[in-house]
Amino acid sequence: MTDAPLTKAEDRRRARRIRRFDNPWLNPKLFWGAGLLLGIVILGLLGRVFWDPDLVFVGSAMPKLPPPGFENLRGQGGTFAHPLGTEGSGRDMFALIVIAAPNSLFVGLLASLIGMSVGITLGFTSGFVGGRTDDVIRVLSDVMITIPPLLILVVFQSAFGDVGLTMMALLIAGFVWQSPTRLIRAQVLSMKQSGYVQMARLSGASTAHIMFREMLPNLVPYLFGSFIANVTTAIVTAVGLEVLGLGPQRIPTLGRVIYEAINSGALIQNLWWWWGIPTLLLAVMFIGLLLINLGLDEVSNPRLRKLRL
Amino acid sequence: MGRIPRAYLVNRLITLGLTVFIAATLIWIIPRLSPVDPAEIMLGRMAAGAGAVANSEEILAQLRANFGLEDPLLVQYTKYLWNIVTFDFGISTATFPTSVASLIAQALPWTLGLMILSLVITFLIGNLLGALMVWEESPNLVKVAIPAAMVFTSIPPILSGLLLMWVFAAKLQWFPLTGAYGLTVEPGWTWDFTLSVIEHGTLPALSIVIVTFGFWALGMRGLMITVQGEDYVTLAKAKGLRPRAILYRYMIRNAILPQITAFALKIGLLIAGQVLVERIFAYNGMGKLLYDAILDQDFPVIQGVSYVIILMTALSVFLVDLIYPFIDPRIRHEARP
Repeated sequence: MTDAPLTKAEDRRRARRIRRFDNPWLNPKLFWGAGLLLGIVILGLLGRVFWDPDLVFVGSAMPKLPPPGFENLRGQGGTFAHPLGTEGSGRDMFALIVIAAPNSLFVGLLASLIGMSVGITLGFTSGFVGGRTDDVIRVLSDVMITIPPLLILVVFQSAFGDVGLTMMALLIAGFVWQSPTRLIRAQVLSMKQSGYVQMARLSGASTAHIMFREMLPNLVPYLFGSFIANVTTAIVTAVGLEVLGLGPQRIPTLGRVIYEAINSGALIQNLWWWWGIPTLLLAVMFIGLLLINLGLDEVSNPRLRKLRL
Repeated sequence: MGRIPRAYLVNRLITLGLTVFIAATLIWIIPRLSPVDPAEIMLGRMAAGAGAVANSEEILAQLRANFGLEDPLLVQYTKYLWNIVTFDFGISTATFPTSVASLIAQALPWTLGLMILSLVITFLIGNLLGALMVWEESPNLVKVAIPAAMVFTSIPPILSGLLLMWVFAAKLQWFPLTGAYGLTVEPGWTWDFTLSVIEHGTLPALSIVIVTFGFWALGMRGLMITVQGEDYVTLAKAKGLRPRAILYRYMIRNAILPQITAFALKIGLLIAGQVLVERIFAYNGMGKLLYDAILDQDFPVIQGVSYVIILMTALSVFLVDLIYPFIDPRIRHEARP
């Protein structure tokens, strides 16, 4: 560093950098990630308003039409009436995406939210109560974390047949409570010994006060991280089920669209928009979630932040 | 192995046993809660084949007796548990006289082969790249290119598989679209067959590799940052050791160990991901077996495949837990985490 006076621009940049580091939540990765997910939600909302959602019904257009500017194997060109083309049974791809994309996100968020609530409750109970209760919860979460959700759900759905979106989210939630439980239990156990919790206890604070006012705020970045990781797991599981031909049969989901595309040989017939668009949307969703998670890592682990200087 | 304290071993064994037991119980209970009757499905299949079935009531009763559905539930359950311990999952209803165990025995080597191959590749590539991201000496290109490639980490392998299939199999036709080996080659230890297997396995393996190496790279990056600041690295630098030697012998060696535990937690997702890759590539493994069984509503096969995959997952986690302290002497076996 020279001692020459800094130019105004440099000065400002530096000030901005300092401010950014003062508030770890102002993290570009977090913004981009949230932006991508928000984009999908907005696509779903605006699409329902400005596009005709009835086009998701079978036979609402010519089947297998490409997006405008392309030709399919029959030599048909795309039209702007169907900007993303149509799939094998004549459903408009754009309408399908508008309906299906938020569905996948919804399943992920709901499952993870339920799992999180269960995890917080069990984790705190386990950490605070200790003894037998702790043993049971600990062993149960150890055991359940090893069982891959996809396979149990395959058994469930092949036995019960069609399920709705909410039911699917509930089922998946049964497999995403373990990691928050373990995380919170470990944190609670270590925090119980820390000075400020002892202090709160000595000053006569109630257990609920200690849990929610003293401990929970410190756990927020971890909880968010675990929440986002679970959303990813839940969506992956849901898409997995859908691609195996299970999952909701009557409600459009991105995985189901891919399933139908594979089964109709869309890859060989070069109908790339049929499987490619839902694939792309799912990829965007997962990348958004990953960016949020990376951002959260930087929030909770300041050592990682230095790297980007 | 005298070095493992008994309490720790017992604890891990109990967890393993409970995992398998709970999974097996769930697999057994769930179909029984559903209104679907396997005997009726079987009859339905016969009717579909023959047009009509005479004296269907008697056949139904006979089938139910064969499946053991007439016994009290507790008897069925204990029988089931015993059968599962001996890997007897009954008889497939879709390919009738074939036992589920033999179907699984045919599919399992394919799945294991593909899995181990892609795991080893990703583990090596991922950890090396993650280390290079932190290493001071690595070229700038590496530091820019790897984070960009990491974006793929979050994508499940089925999506990358579709993309690779389209580009390399459908468009460029460099690789075959589906299957585990060509239709024209005879399975056996011949050169043609091996070549065909490699040709067919490249895309499925690649689709797993490109989306999972980033997971290891990410973890390695975090660990390397911790290691970077350690005194022994500073000392090694002060001694004037070659940077490459510091990277391999001082940094990676110390950073790689916790990655092995991460592996234990990830294995379930990896296996589930691979099942789906096999399904889209119609690869002759457990994934295809499961998918076909779902289409045919072949419950014994669905149960058997699910159970074997869960058992595989639980066993790998158990083994990693046991081996880990041997690799990393800093960790002692404790009865409790």
